[in-house]
Amino acid sequence: MDTIAVVGASLAGLSAVRALRAAGFEGRLVVIGEEKHDPYDRPPLSKDFLAGRQDVADLSLSMPSDADLKVEWRLGQRATALKAQASGYLIEVADAEPVVCDGVVIATGARARQLPDPTGVGPLWGVHTLRTVDDALALRAELVPGAQLVVVGGGFIGAEIASTALELGVQVTLIEMAATALAGPLGEELGAVFAALHATRGVQVLTGVRVEALVPANDTGVDDSDPSKVGGVRLADGRTLPADVVLVGIGSIPNTEWLAGSGVLGAGPGGDLRGGVAITEGGATNLPGVVATGDCAATHSRFAGRVIRYEHWTNALQHPAVAVATLLGLPAPRQSATAGVPYFWSDQYGLRLQFAGHYHPGDVVEIVEGDVASHSFVAVYRREGRPVAVLGIGQPKVFGRWRKQLATDPL
Amino acid sequence: MIKVCAVADLPEGEAFRLELEVPIAVFNVAGEFFAIDDTCTHQDASLADGFVEDDCTVECPLHASCFDLRTGKPNGPPAKEPVRTHSVVVEDGTIFVVRD
Repeated sequence: MDTIAVVGASLAGLSAVRALRAAGFEGRLVVIGEEKHDPYDRPPLSKDFLAGRQDVADLSLSMPSDADLKVEWRLGQRATALKAQASGYLIEVADAEPVVCDGVVIATGARARQLPDPTGVGPLWGVHTLRTVDDALALRAELVPGAQLVVVGGGFIGAEIASTALELGVQVTLIEMAATALAGPLGEELGAVFAALHATRGVQVLTGVRVEALVPANDTGVDDSDPSKVGGVRLADGRTLPADVVLVGIGSIPNTEWLAGSGVLGAGPGGDLRGGVAITEGGATNLPGVVATGDCAATHSRFAGRVIRYEHWTNALQHPAVAVATLLGLPAPRQSATAGVPYFWSDQYGLRLQFAGHYHPGDVVEIVEGDVASHSFVAVYRREGRPVAVLGIGQPKVFGRWRKQLATDPL
Repeated sequence: MIKVCAVADLPEGEAFRLELEVPIAVFNVAGEFFAIDDTCTHQDASLADGFVEDDCTVECPLHASCFDLRTGKPNGPPAKEPVRTHSVVVEDGTIFVVRD
């Protein structure tokens, strides 16, 4: 291969170019990234960065040694199409020269899902999602002491932002459609532990309710001055919660639209790309010379027992090396002892949660270390007696032992 | 020289955390001992709680930064700064660290 294009310049894209050079690829290497920023770290966006304890420079993932990678960075440019040529591929780029290449690494990630707009009010000031550093800067500017924040969605992003906002002196209400926030990933029993944390720290939590629409400020009876700014959140039960700021954390959508017509198959029904790019464990797509990795890619997981698009940070860090080896026709690289086990963490209210594996409804929870009341424990999830997942708070060593064991136990 | 523990008390693949003002972690990799500052340079985590790999690295238990035990350098995100390394001396079956 002479030229490889990496599409996507976040953690997965950066990890792919580092892995390509580490694997000995000496050809031309082009990275196309939609954001204008150098690769940066997203996890702090809802935590230390949002709290103002970190600045943009702290987020940078770049290292001085990256200069040796000899990468053509095309940042602030959006790939719009992938087209097979007689040999190799052509990648069209909005308002810029296309890229001709022999190999492609798809690492376009995902974007935040927006709330539907049934009343047709259009975009309102004060309504945010959080995915990029620009999102975080915009949100941070509005989280002023005394502001009323309504968080729509009680998942990890919503929970972390609620926790950070509280620190900033903001009044927080969190709305979750399910009966227990985080019951999906953690199960009812342990999801409830985190749900209770919100309440004890002073967040108003509403569960089992659905958001119907966002309400402009001039329609809430609170403020009749600005029809283009949000003023409240109307619930399906008829209540309207006042809001100066709304944060929508209801999941993500893979950035795969640009692959329409490329022949790349998606993991959704009938090859639908809305389910992410379908890949093998090694990262191969159905097209030769095209691999995919990171948040935009979906593959069968022995932990989930189905095809799934894992959006974990560690996956975007570690899997690109595997995908790159596939692209170059090299054997899979040596990975750390726990690679391959889904793993994520979350920091909320000063507690550090770690989770590995995959929870299914019906898995049996056992506390194997510490106790729940003290918020320092390790819980193991078992299915038919076998450990399938582990959750730890403030117990990295014991948690790590179980995480390692999950890597060696055949499921 | 700071006494760590008896050689017999630090099996292969394990780590010993020296509780000093700046804690130090001592690792046994295939019978060879290495000492580094214990706290990950990315976020407050004890590297002695991490995973010791065969290629003489330790993986932070929180966010998977791998540090080379010989040089202290991280080989990838999220850590960008190295940890300090220290010399290890074994005398009469006891492990000692010499702070650098």
